Amino acid sequence: MNVWIEKQKYLIDFTLASLARRKAKNLGLLLVYSLIVFLLASVMLFTHALRQAANELLAGAPEVILQRMVAGRHDLIPPGYLERIGRLRGVQEKQGRLWGYYYDPVVKANYTFMVADDRLLAPGTLVVGAGLARTRGVAPGNLISFRAYSGKLFTFSIADILPAKSELVSADLVLLGEADFRAFFDIPPGHYTDITLRVANPLEVRNVAGKLAQQFPDSRPILREEILRTYESIFSWREGIVLALATLAVLAFAILAWEKASGLSADERREIGILKAIGWETGDVLRMKLWEGALLSLSAFLLGYLAAYVHVFHFAASLLAPVLKGWAVLYPRFELSPVIDGLQVTTLFFFTVFPYAAATLVPIWRVAITDPDAVMRG
Amino acid sequence: MIELRQIHKAFNAGRENEFRALNGIDLQLPAQRVTAFRGPSGSGKTTLLSIIGCLARPTSGRVRLHERDISGLPERFLTEIRRRTFGFVFQQFNLISGLSATENVMLPAYPLGGDRHALRARAEHLLAGLRLAHRRTTRVELLSGGEQQRVAIARALINEPPVIIADEPTANLDTALAREFMAIIEQLADAGRTVLLSSHDPLLVDSSLVDRVIDMRDGRIVAAAAPAGDGG
Repeated sequence: MNVWIEKQKYLIDFTLASLARRKAKNLGLLLVYSLIVFLLASVMLFTHALRQAANELLAGAPEVILQRMVAGRHDLIPPGYLERIGRLRGVQEKQGRLWGYYYDPVVKANYTFMVADDRLLAPGTLVVGAGLARTRGVAPGNLISFRAYSGKLFTFSIADILPAKSELVSADLVLLGEADFRAFFDIPPGHYTDITLRVANPLEVRNVAGKLAQQFPDSRPILREEILRTYESIFSWREGIVLALATLAVLAFAILAWEKASGLSADERREIGILKAIGWETGDVLRMKLWEGALLSLSAFLLGYLAAYVHVFHFAASLLAPVLKGWAVLYPRFELSPVIDGLQVTTLFFFTVFPYAAATLVPIWRVAITDPDAVMRG
Repeated sequence: MIELRQIHKAFNAGRENEFRALNGIDLQLPAQRVTAFRGPSGSGKTTLLSIIGCLARPTSGRVRLHERDISGLPERFLTEIRRRTFGFVFQQFNLISGLSATENVMLPAYPLGGDRHALRARAEHLLAGLRLAHRRTTRVELLSGGEQQRVAIARALINEPPVIIADEPTANLDTALAREFMAIIEQLADAGRTVLLSSHDPLLVDSSLVDRVIDMRDGRIVAAAAPAGDGG
């Protein structure tokens, strides 16, 4: 065992010396390799963290939302619906919700207006999302005016700004009192945008939705798990597109690695010949080259992954955000909590290190089996 | 100690450009002697040394080392025999540039995985014995031709092989350096090593250092004799 370890140490020693002797070439390769890992790891870390953030935020959302449909379009819930639901088994709480969209021509952005259900707002006051506050340049205590769809101008005072922690979903949010909301959008009392229902037992959710669909044939129940699934598929779709592009990069890299290995320079071939002539076996040469590949791959993987981690969690994935987060005037700014998934790391490792090893092994093996007497004849 | 029977070696066998480098060599090489193979280029000297030193296999024929037939052994075993039995000094020295003299000398011992300090000490001792102690950390490409050859000799000796094979060792050396090389070979022979040389340099082949000269031409042995200077 000791001999084996000593032997590997000698091989690693020689490998390090070899790598150092061809500094420029190997540094170039390391850079390209790290860049590929960086790109793939950034996409994976970022989408994973986004999913996690969306899951955490939606964890507090109601299990079922009931929307009324007219001619296939979402319409207001008329008076009486909330009462008609009555007592459904498993439903802990039901509530009419008021929300709507508003286009602000000043900054050319869409806001979501919503009646706050967990805080009481004095008439004429608003709480706004951090993104909106940034874009409009407002602070608590400032006044802000919106022209309603009726043409009437409404002026509100900013009571508060929503915490940056929830910015992923609240960047464009405007919270206001019920009376202000109804006045602004001209919605008569008793009407709601939709109805939310809280169901404690996850097994009951589908039953509740079924009963609602039966009772209100003109309405559709939307489940929280469906929203989560939609988010999931949006992020997966975006991740898929970027990864598909990145696959091309990996492929290009594999070709580069193959080129590099099969185009072993005359110097390297001569060296391998010498090593064989002075008593190295084909296996020793292969092991030495495997160490070279392993050292290069591992360094590139660590460098790339580390850079991706810093990029995603310290610089908010600034290079990828426009593609992966979506586009908006009110761009959410948020800190993602660092999440590292073992399976993801393993997958990434497999998809970056394996192609390199596979691409370099065959050409190296072809050189390694050269007859040692080539050195004598050469 | 080394016995060759009906050794044939063909390159590109069966193809149009087939070349027969050796045509039925029968030879016995006793241990602890200096034997020189002499002949024009293309006579088969280097090919024969390659086969004796387990760098290549004959196309047909038998090679026996210490009564053991080694011509049919798989590569792994041949490498093992090569490593333990033969030390090579090549015409072009074949050192690995970028590495120091000591590292070059240590290289053949790497696959054996022995103790590092002992190995380094052995390499430095060999270099010192060849008057290269002051150059041990110098990269080999910065050494002179004579120094490079001495590093190559130290490398050939690192695994303490009983047989030294030197292919055209004086071809790239001037007379003074060639004499220096011969002095080293003499020391090795006096220490009980078997030395096999290929050369057509009269300075070397006709010297008293060589116990036996084997003349070759067209892949055949044409004469074997003690050098003229020895009278027989």
